[in-house]
Amino acid sequence: MELNGAQIVIQSLKDEGVEYIFGYPGGAVLHLYDAIFQQDDVKHILVRHEQGATHAADGYARATGKPGVVLVTSGPGATNAVTGIATAYMDSIPMVIISGQVPLPVIGSDAFQEVDMVGITRPCVKHNFLVKDINKLAETMKKAFYVATTGRPGPVVVDVPKDITDPRIKIPYKYPKKVSIRSYNPAVTGHKGQIKKAVDLLLTAQKPIIYSGGGVILGEASKELTEFAKVLGFPVTNTLMGLGAYPSTDKQFVGMLGMHGTYEANMAMHDSDVIIAIGARFDDRVTGKLDLFCPHAQIIHIDVDPASISKTVKVAIPIVGEVKPVLEQMLEMLKDGKKKPSKKALESWWNQIDQWRAVKCMEYDRNSNLIKPQYVIEQLYEVTKGEAYITSDVGQHQMWAAQYYPFDKPRHWINSGGLGTMGFGLPAAIGVKLAFPDSEVACVTGDGSIQMCIQELSTALQYNAPVKIINLNNSYLGMVRQWQEFTYESRYSHSYMDTIPDFVKLAEAYGHIGMRIDKPEDVRPALEEAFALKDRTVFLDILTDRTENVYPMIEAGKAHNDMTLRVANGISTDRELA
Amino acid sequence: MRHIISILIENESGALSRVAGLFSARGYNIESLTVAATEDPSLSRMTLVTRGSDDIIEQITKQLNKLIDVVKLIDLAESAHIERELMMVKIKTSEQMREEIRSMADIFRGKIIDVTPTTYVVEMTGPSSKLDAFIAAIDSDSIIEVVRSGPTGISRGEKGLHL
Repeated sequence: MELNGAQIVIQSLKDEGVEYIFGYPGGAVLHLYDAIFQQDDVKHILVRHEQGATHAADGYARATGKPGVVLVTSGPGATNAVTGIATAYMDSIPMVIISGQVPLPVIGSDAFQEVDMVGITRPCVKHNFLVKDINKLAETMKKAFYVATTGRPGPVVVDVPKDITDPRIKIPYKYPKKVSIRSYNPAVTGHKGQIKKAVDLLLTAQKPIIYSGGGVILGEASKELTEFAKVLGFPVTNTLMGLGAYPSTDKQFVGMLGMHGTYEANMAMHDSDVIIAIGARFDDRVTGKLDLFCPHAQIIHIDVDPASISKTVKVAIPIVGEVKPVLEQMLEMLKDGKKKPSKKALESWWNQIDQWRAVKCMEYDRNSNLIKPQYVIEQLYEVTKGEAYITSDVGQHQMWAAQYYPFDKPRHWINSGGLGTMGFGLPAAIGVKLAFPDSEVACVTGDGSIQMCIQELSTALQYNAPVKIINLNNSYLGMVRQWQEFTYESRYSHSYMDTIPDFVKLAEAYGHIGMRIDKPEDVRPALEEAFALKDRTVFLDILTDRTENVYPMIEAGKAHNDMTLRVANGISTDRELA
Repeated sequence: MRHIISILIENESGALSRVAGLFSARGYNIESLTVAATEDPSLSRMTLVTRGSDDIIEQITKQLNKLIDVVKLIDLAESAHIERELMMVKIKTSEQMREEIRSMADIFRGKIIDVTPTTYVVEMTGPSSKLDAFIAAIDSDSIIEVVRSGPTGISRGEKGLHL
């Protein structure tokens, strides 16, 4: 069949099985939008700002495992998309971004809405392409999807000059079934010798711990991880990105680790003698001060990206490969072998862990007259029976959601971990809801973050993506305020917003339902009411204790065994801000 | 330690900036960088000189390998290799200096490739350290201009960097 460039792009998306494109039209992509208009297979979601398009596609990708697809115009459309592209890059999310470009003959002439998109995105994409020849368009689309979804996934930009999509120029179309790139051959299975060494080390461990991350979710290896942990009987901790990879309500789960991880997870990491890191990358929010990180441990590291291995923390046994096949290989060896982990050693290790658990690091004041944000998340968990997809923005609310909503399934906790992008939560929730219209989707956010992409409330209405917005409103940029309290003698420099919109009226103005909740006893009924309104987006503006801080915490420059707990003598009560 | 990293990279626009961008983004230093065509028109060969601890060099090679355009690379410092750099030096020559410069160029196996009544241009190839030594041996006031290509290198023996 003969197609023009615009049709080739859209037809390639169909051939890739793409369900949704998230985008915003403009001059350089008008041909593409005309091609979209003339078909029904690929549904286009018109966002209100290109950042929203990338986050919505990202949320869709995180929830489904399929690549998110974005379409933006040249110039400002492209630059607005950059934050979302960088967000996806930091968390290794598969995404294909098609950006319009000025026609080839005027590239480099500072034409209207021209920007060097390939240059701007180079440091925050897995790869990018500028299409210079219509005959290479279909192949480039195939390569983009192939690179984005294989190995360590990531965003790929395809920059398409307007003349490439000219409707007058038609060429025969054939979408390649397969594509190979000679310089790109990501590892799948792990090296057998390394795996054998790792298994031997695991079986001699006295104080082992499994430290697993987002790679387990990206690699669809939750089942294998769970079986692996069960066979060994080892404690499991997850990173922020890995929550849900292992069932959080299981007794072998010791909670999240790192800066706002649990006391037991961090203490166990610090005291361990063998760590197996699975699809995790020793991020600085996890390790704390590197010199003091896990001083007694020998480390095994499984990662599909060789550059992640020994990047910050030297490891004893690196295994390059996809998490799922490597865990399968390990399980096979463990089951065939006669040796079992030392029961006695594990028993005393679990005793020690239980003592750390007894510190109850997550306790907070349950008798407060103010709404405690932790309580809101606990109620959210109960009302949604722990089955909702939870997206979040960035800040204190993000940590509370991670800490107080135990995720038992992968792909249900959707947040910007690496880049920490405020404004992510609402558009991401819309992407998730479109993918799973029958599931509950809630966006846990704060009064700061929600204002960064609030315009997408309009998109939620237009495309019937009813999400519940849980706004933990403390009128502060809470995490900034917390750091200013801890390290700047409570000089709250620009972390307080004197004017905050009336979110209830705002939600109503956008055609949704708004509720304001200011008493602890109203939280539960409000949540129940909101989730009963199945086909409506509900904005719950919940006025929480302004002084609440996220605990426990590893402060900057400290080690895992040097956590700041809520207070030494029980739980702090309501207080005034200094 | 100084490392010479030799890279086969897709001969495509933007490939060079991916490499250069990687170094600046991750704070690695580049002492020199040369790029030119190979016998295969689809490939360029890049020689990059950098310094760093073993850990840093390991990260540099991993990060380079991660670039989709990088087809293959080796760290020449890991095995026996030959290093060559081309240099041209324009030197101011007074009547009484001309003989001295000529013999100095001879000692360093350089060639005089341009002569005017007041200047010589000396061409020289060799490992970078030899070129440094020549510069050091010449009176710095008489040097008008120094042009260096940056080192390139090749491994010794049968092994080679090819597809």
